[in-house]
Amino acid sequence: MSLRFVGSLLFATLLLAACGKSATDHASNLLTVRIGAAAPLTGPQAHLGKDNENGTRMAIEDANAKGIVIGGKKVHFELVSEDDQADPKTATIVAQKLVDDNVSGVIGHLNSGTTIPAAKIYSDNGIPQISPSATAVAYTHQGFKTAFRVMANDAQQGQALGMYAVKNLGAKKIAVIDDRTAYGQGLADEFIKAATAAGAQIVAHEYTSDKSVDFTAVLTAVKAKQPELLFYGGMDAQGGPMARQIKALALNVKFMMGDGGRTPEFIKLAGDSAQGVYASLPGVPLEKMPGGKDFSRRYEAKFNQPIQLYAPYCYDAVNVMIAAMQKADSADPAKYLPALANISHDGITAKIQFDDKGDLKGGAVTLYQVQQEQWQALETVGAQ
Amino acid sequence: MEIFLQQIINGLVQGSVYALVALGYTMVYGILGLINFAHGEVVMMGAMISLSALTALIGIGLSPLLALPLSLMLAMAGCMALGYGIERIAYRPLRHAPRLAPLITAIGVSIVLQNLAMMIWGRDYHSFPQLFANRAHQIFGAIISDIQLIIVIAALCIMAGLMLLVHRTRLGRAMRAIAENQHAAQLMGVDVNRVISITFMIGSALAAVAGLMVSANYGLAHYYMGFLLGLKAFTAAVLGGIGNLRGAMLGGLLLGLIESLGAGYIGDITGGFMGSQYQDVFAFLVLIAVLVFRPAGLLGERLAERA
Repeated sequence: MSLRFVGSLLFATLLLAACGKSATDHASNLLTVRIGAAAPLTGPQAHLGKDNENGTRMAIEDANAKGIVIGGKKVHFELVSEDDQADPKTATIVAQKLVDDNVSGVIGHLNSGTTIPAAKIYSDNGIPQISPSATAVAYTHQGFKTAFRVMANDAQQGQALGMYAVKNLGAKKIAVIDDRTAYGQGLADEFIKAATAAGAQIVAHEYTSDKSVDFTAVLTAVKAKQPELLFYGGMDAQGGPMARQIKALALNVKFMMGDGGRTPEFIKLAGDSAQGVYASLPGVPLEKMPGGKDFSRRYEAKFNQPIQLYAPYCYDAVNVMIAAMQKADSADPAKYLPALANISHDGITAKIQFDDKGDLKGGAVTLYQVQQEQWQALETVGAQ
Repeated sequence: MEIFLQQIINGLVQGSVYALVALGYTMVYGILGLINFAHGEVVMMGAMISLSALTALIGIGLSPLLALPLSLMLAMAGCMALGYGIERIAYRPLRHAPRLAPLITAIGVSIVLQNLAMMIWGRDYHSFPQLFANRAHQIFGAIISDIQLIIVIAALCIMAGLMLLVHRTRLGRAMRAIAENQHAAQLMGVDVNRVISITFMIGSALAAVAGLMVSANYGLAHYYMGFLLGLKAFTAAVLGGIGNLRGAMLGGLLLGLIESLGAGYIGDITGGFMGSQYQDVFAFLVLIAVLVFRPAGLLGERLAERA
């Protein structure tokens, strides 16, 4: 094969932006690095998935504008975004597709239930994965060297929620509902652990699914047990209608959720039943993040909508990955993975450093309450 | 006791919605022997159109009491056009094809509608405006709201109206004739295409009503809402005996009751061994049991009564 042939082949690859990672064009000294992103872009959680994609896209466009140089070549980052439908089975297919597309790293997935099975595929192929939002403890405890997250996990979150429910809100009889996903179930279990340790009694544990809209039956069953506080482990799409139905059934409880419920969408869906609802979110409040205000202003200007939830974390996940590539001076997953594990990066959400499992070191958790149709921060636990 | 009564009310409200959607499935099946899987998506379209119309009408300063019926009519008109279009484009050309073919196009239409709605209305949840104080009524300690009361009454009225239509009018007679034998009906001077189109339009208008009710009750509309609702309503139709109008009503109400009582008491009955996560399993177990002993569904499928 002549050199000229190889050269034109490479040029064609670049031109078509087709297959092949790090397709190099010797003439312009340009390096294309593909970054995969996976989130539910269709289905009930599509609004959150799009929010993740937007955050990732923004970071990649910013990086391209900066003109980053790796290994002596100017880098063009390219986003490969896939829809995992919040479905564990689809997630593994999407993960394999990203691997086949030769991405250098993956930002995702959004849900714990999809992140956990996908992590094995990335690990088998040595591709670093940073989840911006999967909080289930199990994700980083599977023994994979390639799995990282930029958010506190559910052990920390469940602990903060359980303590707050019992100590600050004085709840003694607590009911729990979860949506049977890896996230909802995991968070509910951690919450129960913390709440019972703090001296409360779990009087009911009921279940629903991440596609339901009618909760009157389980809420009526909960009502029979007369709890003082109801905790729901699940997402906003269910939490919103649930808050309405709690009010409609005259169920006199304090209502509490995890990070899945702390969205503007929740307030919109719950209407006037949102008032007084509690939720938590790993990390410090957006306005207290080092680069939070600036990010939120730019995000709104660019996408013409407010941040739903995880976009800043996606932005940080991309930047941490790129920082590791710069440090290792290579976009080759095998070369920059050690740099990623030891990174120290000042992100917009927090200072990002990983422990030996790939969890965020010293992850903070903030508790919020809806007051006057806004999420107001109450207190932050476990900040660095 | 009031908890039990509350579960019955929950089940009746949920069941009325299922029944209303199930009628759409059953009408089409009764006449064409076709399962219109896109029906759930028509319900979603009805909810979306009425919500958009409502927001727009209130935006120009119309009173809610006027805007609500007006937007319902708009949604019904929109869904009727949609139902007509679906039948004309996706089903009519395949009327004499093997039965599997229209089933596949039905699923195709459902995917197209879902994505169309996603493109028009986006991925966000749309909250339903609170138009009037949704008062709660106490019945022996159990609570039912205005909207829920309207849902149950409206569903019963619509079902009664539909029964009258099928059994007492010329159009109804034509529908039943087609259900019995399409060719014979045609030879007797029944305009088969027209009657089938009208059937689809009636079913779609009902879907629009159901869509508005569902989104008013749960306070939200979303492009994905038709999927699960369609699946449940289809189950209800099969449970009651697909093709049979009374069966759809019975199946819908029964499924609603089974779900709410199942979710409410399964934990207590099994001593915590099975919890409310088995709610759907419970409903499908009943379905399987019914199908094993009565393969045609609870009310069977008496040919003359179809449609």
